[in-house]
Amino acid sequence: MAAITVRGLTKVYPGGVRALDALGLDVADGEFFALLGPSGCGKTTLLRTIAGLEAASGGTVAFDGGEVTRLPPGRRGVGMVFQDYALFPHMTVLDNIAYPLRVRRRPRADRHARAADAARLLGLAGLEARRPGELSGGQQQRVALARALVAEPRVFLLDEPLSNLDARLRLEARTRLKRLQRDLAITTVFVTHDQAEALALADRIAVMEAGRIRQLGTPEEVFRRPANVFAASFIGSTPMNLLAGTVRDGRVAVAGAELPVPDEARGRLGEGEEIVCGVRPEYLDYASEATEGAFPGIVSVVEHLGGSALVTLDGAGGAVHVVVGEGREPEPGAAGWAVPRPGRVLVYRDGELVTGGEEEETRMDTTGGRR
Amino acid sequence: MNEAVRGALRRIGLATFVSAVLGFFSLPLLWLAFAPFDADPGVSASLPEFTLHNFRVLMDNPYALASLRNSVLLAGGTAALVVTCAALAAYALSRVRVPGRDALLYVLLLLSSIVTGTAAMVPVFLLAFDLHLIDSRLGVVLVLTGGLLPAAIFLLKDFTDATPPSYEEAARVFGASPLQVLRHVVVPVIRPGLATVGVWAVAQVWGDFLMPFLLLRDPDKAPASVVMYTFYTEGGQPDLALISTFSLLYSLPVVAMYLFVSRRYGFRFHGGIKR
Repeated sequence: MAAITVRGLTKVYPGGVRALDALGLDVADGEFFALLGPSGCGKTTLLRTIAGLEAASGGTVAFDGGEVTRLPPGRRGVGMVFQDYALFPHMTVLDNIAYPLRVRRRPRADRHARAADAARLLGLAGLEARRPGELSGGQQQRVALARALVAEPRVFLLDEPLSNLDARLRLEARTRLKRLQRDLAITTVFVTHDQAEALALADRIAVMEAGRIRQLGTPEEVFRRPANVFAASFIGSTPMNLLAGTVRDGRVAVAGAELPVPDEARGRLGEGEEIVCGVRPEYLDYASEATEGAFPGIVSVVEHLGGSALVTLDGAGGAVHVVVGEGREPEPGAAGWAVPRPGRVLVYRDGELVTGGEEEETRMDTTGGRR
Repeated sequence: MNEAVRGALRRIGLATFVSAVLGFFSLPLLWLAFAPFDADPGVSASLPEFTLHNFRVLMDNPYALASLRNSVLLAGGTAALVVTCAALAAYALSRVRVPGRDALLYVLLLLSSIVTGTAAMVPVFLLAFDLHLIDSRLGVVLVLTGGLLPAAIFLLKDFTDATPPSYEEAARVFGASPLQVLRHVVVPVIRPGLATVGVWAVAQVWGDFLMPFLLLRDPDKAPASVVMYTFYTEGGQPDLALISTFSLLYSLPVVAMYLFVSRRYGFRFHGGIKR
């Protein structure tokens, strides 16, 4: 088990694609850490560079202060689960799990005993003699986990560990993975493009775009206070409402409503400045009567989400989404108002959150310390 | 009525045609099955006057059995060399970016048919002469390997290309050296391809006449394909008894090998369609 320190890490592929751009990151010992971003943002390259499968063009990677940048993957003490699991098709489940020990020339009896323990830990007892082709997707994923864990790695790396499972199995595997990580308390970094997965599993999340980290924080921070418009639009199963507005007479005029300037942005906005106002559909309340400081609109679409419904209001500044509780859904065509809850409105200028904690945010971004 | 007659005629015509084609291919096989057991074999296939005398004559021939052993040595040596070199080359070619890799492969493939063919007979002989490889089994093995390698690499590259790189990356993450990756992961995964190439190389060498005929002087080293050419009677007529018996012995190992490998590895349909 080890803390991971990444400094100034750059990866330029032949052909000039800059996958990682002077990236700095700290992962604490025992932390469950998510790299989140759209495809092509460099998250998988970062994971593979930590594993040693890609050579860094610049910068360093260190485990517990010891630099590993130039070490081959086998000597870094990492365990990795690949997106396609990469189980060896010609070996049985037990031989697959025992493979890292075979490379280390452990005696056969010892490595089979430890592989059997790992198989039992992941609920694979009774399947040891099967080939990977005879297993279900969920079982294959657990064999890959067991194989990565059997050699007691210092760092555990997962590349989209849940993406090849079907939706129902994914929830089950997610819970199992979180419990396993907590029980073993092993430093774990995983890559995902699914924001819900990152929010559910991780202790901390790095939101990445174009080879850089755009926001670093706990799931609560990243969900409640996205540091920029990119993170705001990427996080959340129902995307955040991002409405263009201007500052007028010390108030924010946006989408047919006049809102007070949020506390954190007070004194930082000039008269007439163009801003973007962000508020999550979950943090808006629906009202059927005109309300002070609410976004007016006509109900155009009502989408049922199970326990709630997503209502789309067509208003002056574009569509506004509101989450409405069960049994209170309006009829399409009705006039409605979306009332923001106090303290939940965020103001973005030039794509970045306008906040008093700006210096603090920047400091955290470079040192990556946990709050 | 007219329709029915025409239909019947068409069916009869088709049956006759198919029988003729079948006969064309099956008669030589029938001859191979019957002639060795015939007391007086001719060039026609007929029910034999059963005898095992021909086999006794063959056993007495000083070169016959030794030549089969020579064939095994040449074919086995070439196949081993071809499979080893082709596996290493195909793996490297499918994992390392070499500029103009495909063009290189196609050119080699095109030229390889010339290397072991009649066109390059003289230069190959002169080259072997200068390298003191005349009358050496090693020389024959090297020349044949050179001729077969491009096609073997081409075949095997399909298998290595179809192997996901994540298998090898997984082995590397767990600390395997490049040779361990090859031994533990790549070779077992492409084993059907290796078997295919091995069988194909053995069959090619087994049937090859020109190169051993050209490069081997000593009749003790001649393989079966060359020795068969020497089975004449004192009168200069082909010794059909000896030739047919030897042909049977000559074909059996290849058939046996095919059956064994086919059962062991199964020549499934590989590539082209997502499994």
